Amino acid sequence: MNSPSTPSEDAPFNAEPVIVSRVVLTAADIDRALTRIAYEILEANKGSANLLLLGIPRRGYPLAQRLANKLAATDPSIDAAAIVGQLDVTMFRDDLAHQPTRAPQRTRVPVSGIDNKVIVLVDDVLYSGRTIRAALDALVDLGRPQAVRLAVLVDRGHRELPIRADHVGKNLPTSSTEKVRVRLAEIDGPTVRDEVVIEAGI
Amino acid sequence: MRHLLDTEDLSRDHAVQILDTAQEMSAVGEREVKKLPALRGRTVVNLFFEDSTRTRISFEAAAKRLSADVINFTAKGSSVSKGESLKDTAQTLEAMSADAVVIRHWASGAPARLANSGWIDAAVINAGDGTHAHPTQALLDAFTMRSHWSKLSGIPSVGADLKGMRIIIAGDVLHSRVARSNVWLLRTLGAHVTLVAPPTLLPVGVEHWPCKVSYDLDATLEAGVDAIMMLRVQAERMKASFFPSTREYARRWGFDDARLATLDRLNLKDTIIMHPGPMNRGLEISSAAADSVRSTVLAQVRNGVSVRMAVLYLLLAGEIRDPQPNSKQNPTAPATAMPAKDNS
Amino acid sequence: MSSARYLIRSASILGGERADILIQGGIITALGEDLGNEVIGDATVIDARTLIALPGMVDLHTHLREPGREDAETVESGTRAAALGGFTAVHAMANSSPVADTAGVVEQVYSLGRESGWVDVRPVGAVTVGLAGKQLAELGAMADSRARVRVFSDDGICVSDPVMMRRALEYVKAFDGVIAQHAQEPRLTEGAQMNEGKVSAVLGLAGWPAVAEESIIARDVLLAQHVDSRLHVCHVSTAGSVEIIRWAKERGINVTAEVTPHHLLLTEELVRSYNPVYKVNPPLRADSDVQALRKALADGTIDIVGTDHAPHPSEAKECEWAAAAMGMTGLETALSVVQETMIETGLMSWADFARVTSTTPAKIGRVVDQGRPLNVGEPANIVLVDPAARRAVDQTLMATKGRNSPFAGMELPGKVVATFFHGHPTVLDGRLNTPRRLQGATQTGGN
Repeated sequence: MNSPSTPSEDAPFNAEPVIVSRVVLTAADIDRALTRIAYEILEANKGSANLLLLGIPRRGYPLAQRLANKLAATDPSIDAAAIVGQLDVTMFRDDLAHQPTRAPQRTRVPVSGIDNKVIVLVDDVLYSGRTIRAALDALVDLGRPQAVRLAVLVDRGHRELPIRADHVGKNLPTSSTEKVRVRLAEIDGPTVRDEVVIEAGI
Repeated sequence: MRHLLDTEDLSRDHAVQILDTAQEMSAVGEREVKKLPALRGRTVVNLFFEDSTRTRISFEAAAKRLSADVINFTAKGSSVSKGESLKDTAQTLEAMSADAVVIRHWASGAPARLANSGWIDAAVINAGDGTHAHPTQALLDAFTMRSHWSKLSGIPSVGADLKGMRIIIAGDVLHSRVARSNVWLLRTLGAHVTLVAPPTLLPVGVEHWPCKVSYDLDATLEAGVDAIMMLRVQAERMKASFFPSTREYARRWGFDDARLATLDRLNLKDTIIMHPGPMNRGLEISSAAADSVRSTVLAQVRNGVSVRMAVLYLLLAGEIRDPQPNSKQNPTAPATAMPAKDNS
Repeated sequence: MSSARYLIRSASILGGERADILIQGGIITALGEDLGNEVIGDATVIDARTLIALPGMVDLHTHLREPGREDAETVESGTRAAALGGFTAVHAMANSSPVADTAGVVEQVYSLGRESGWVDVRPVGAVTVGLAGKQLAELGAMADSRARVRVFSDDGICVSDPVMMRRALEYVKAFDGVIAQHAQEPRLTEGAQMNEGKVSAVLGLAGWPAVAEESIIARDVLLAQHVDSRLHVCHVSTAGSVEIIRWAKERGINVTAEVTPHHLLLTEELVRSYNPVYKVNPPLRADSDVQALRKALADGTIDIVGTDHAPHPSEAKECEWAAAAMGMTGLETALSVVQETMIETGLMSWADFARVTSTTPAKIGRVVDQGRPLNVGEPANIVLVDPAARRAVDQTLMATKGRNSPFAGMELPGKVVATFFHGHPTVLDGRLNTPRRLQGATQTGGN
């Protein structure tokens, strides 16, 4: 597989000095999208019962945290920290043998476990769908949730597997040569502005 | 990293990466499904020229938790004991498409020979060679120490090293691959190591090692210590006059009940006692010390699987190496000059 | 006798003045600047304007492996290697199978050498039966045999029993023999794998202490003094050994000493690769030892260079270090290594080179027609060397059967262009020519 399924990760392949890039979501856009997704989650779940948000490293996790905070803001009975976790999928990827070795990230699941929960997987960009496939495998090894949903900040198309998102911040038609970069302060540093950028490929 | 032959050339960053990865791996052992698919379809051969059930099953458990296929190849009862050479054995494994060879050998340097000879393309992991090195043991020891050290300091262990930790390694240093690998690794991780042994059981040349050396266990304890690692001493060494009697050895260099009490007297309440196993109770370590709350012996065994998972994962999960185009078609081609030890 | 005539045109004699050398009938018949046509006649001319002429090299320490280990080397293959390396005589060590401990075996080796015709093969006789150190071999019978053995050695094994060593030293006085000792205290080197020190401590290989060599040398020089006999110390490898030999010589003890080319160049650091091509007995030592050995060879404390050429079949080295055989090939690299370590460094001249590789070893071995000066009337044992040549050592191109050259891949100076063995060119243009064929079926000894 040549196209990484989470293109927002790691350094650009061609660090050309001149890259045509265009901001598609600003910090305010991102915040609005997350607010909307939070409402959608509550609506789909008919409330906050049994909800568990699992972010996929690296940028899915801070997004899951932000969503949890938004849920807690609407429903005071929710403890944001208790419904967020991180699900590392490194070991479950189907392209391990074709990439330089990746260091695995921590998987953190709240003490309540995942059995019979409604899991919302959270990631920044949905592309080929392979990361989500790996996440579903990883989940199975942790237990048996009641349902699994998917929330993504950006869906850029080009699916290679029969996977779709339940909640999408923004649908973004792209060419496969373009790169979508998501910048979040929690990962990229406090001085970085939150934004989503499309970089033209060569 | 292509092979794991020794800890001598392991950089701090590589060492910490292995320990951090091991930490993630350790969580798998606590789950209901103790398995990851990362090495599905990969073949790991345990090539053991020397008995060591403990190390072999640890590697076997590690490989299986990562979903690799495991082949155990023991020298005893195989063609190896009938005089088959290391070269032929290596080429047999190559023909069987082994992705990694975990080798335990009585001869120092046998893993390096396997890795550098051009006989085989697999990753080579040293599971103990002669009196040379035992890198995964040193890594699991360091992992055990790091967990303890971070608990004490309250600093998260991920990314951390052992800076400032005071460690005693006591016993038969001369014949110990565990001691050697630990000295290099603990130095790299910033710990202060003191070797304590009878002069007969220290190698000539130890003065060049990055550690202190003492003949006096009690004085070294008095100076303060955070971890004490007792090395196995074989009673047969007595016959070669390395020491006069097991009793005298235990009295001067064993970790006995009196020295256990000394730790309490010195108010060293957080000092741990380590042993790579198997233990000679009553010789280098007393039962009371081995079974005390300070003992990390079982934690070391547990951590062994996590560390070996990390090593297998980091060596094998990456890019599949391109097959060497000439090696199969042209078996008569002269072996290329010995490649330099590749630690990249 | 060959009646072919050869003119070596304008060679630098021992690295000094240039002269023409005319060879006929196995001897040097004329020597001088610009020999005239009336002298030269129909001689084959060899242009030696860029070459140095040296007396044919004499190796006091060669393992030819025959009889018994013809898979490792034969007299034929080993003497071809010797000729290519610039030698005109080699001493074949006794540790063959059967051991060269009887007149029968030494005469067999001697005959094989004569049949091969590449160099003089001088068998070394074992000191003790089967090299076992228990019973003196029939030294007198070997001395009286056609092989006329003068050098006796259990090389590979030390004559460690002090009484046995004393008796041997005494006994060989009867026929002007010499005991060449492999100095290695056996108890101190049980299971030893490499020099004991900084590197062995790290590699976890059992150490081979310098004292194991030095203690035997110290004992032996005192024994040699006590019984007033001749002692030769094989392959000296430590700075401490040099000190003891220097002390013994100052006291007038009749001791000579040898160093191998590999101990002049290589150090224990190479063992870090665990490549058994660097496994040798005595082991490669520290750089300080290498420097002391060079100095000792230059100042005469060490008398000669002996190759300890020890070929092994490849399977003996394609294995774990501890399981590998000890030994290195050396005949075809000796000249280059000595040039690199002693001449390029300014420690020695080419005249010194002739002394340590030809004159003195011939004297120690009592080889009367070798190691002679390049003068009219002397046997024409001559090697022509191109000192300016440089070459990468390729062990696969060597004449020896052994592929265990520790110098493989190294670039070294010097090249043997021609070797004349009793007037016959065994090597020409750097390649093997033809062996020297003796006239008649029975030969009554050419020396």
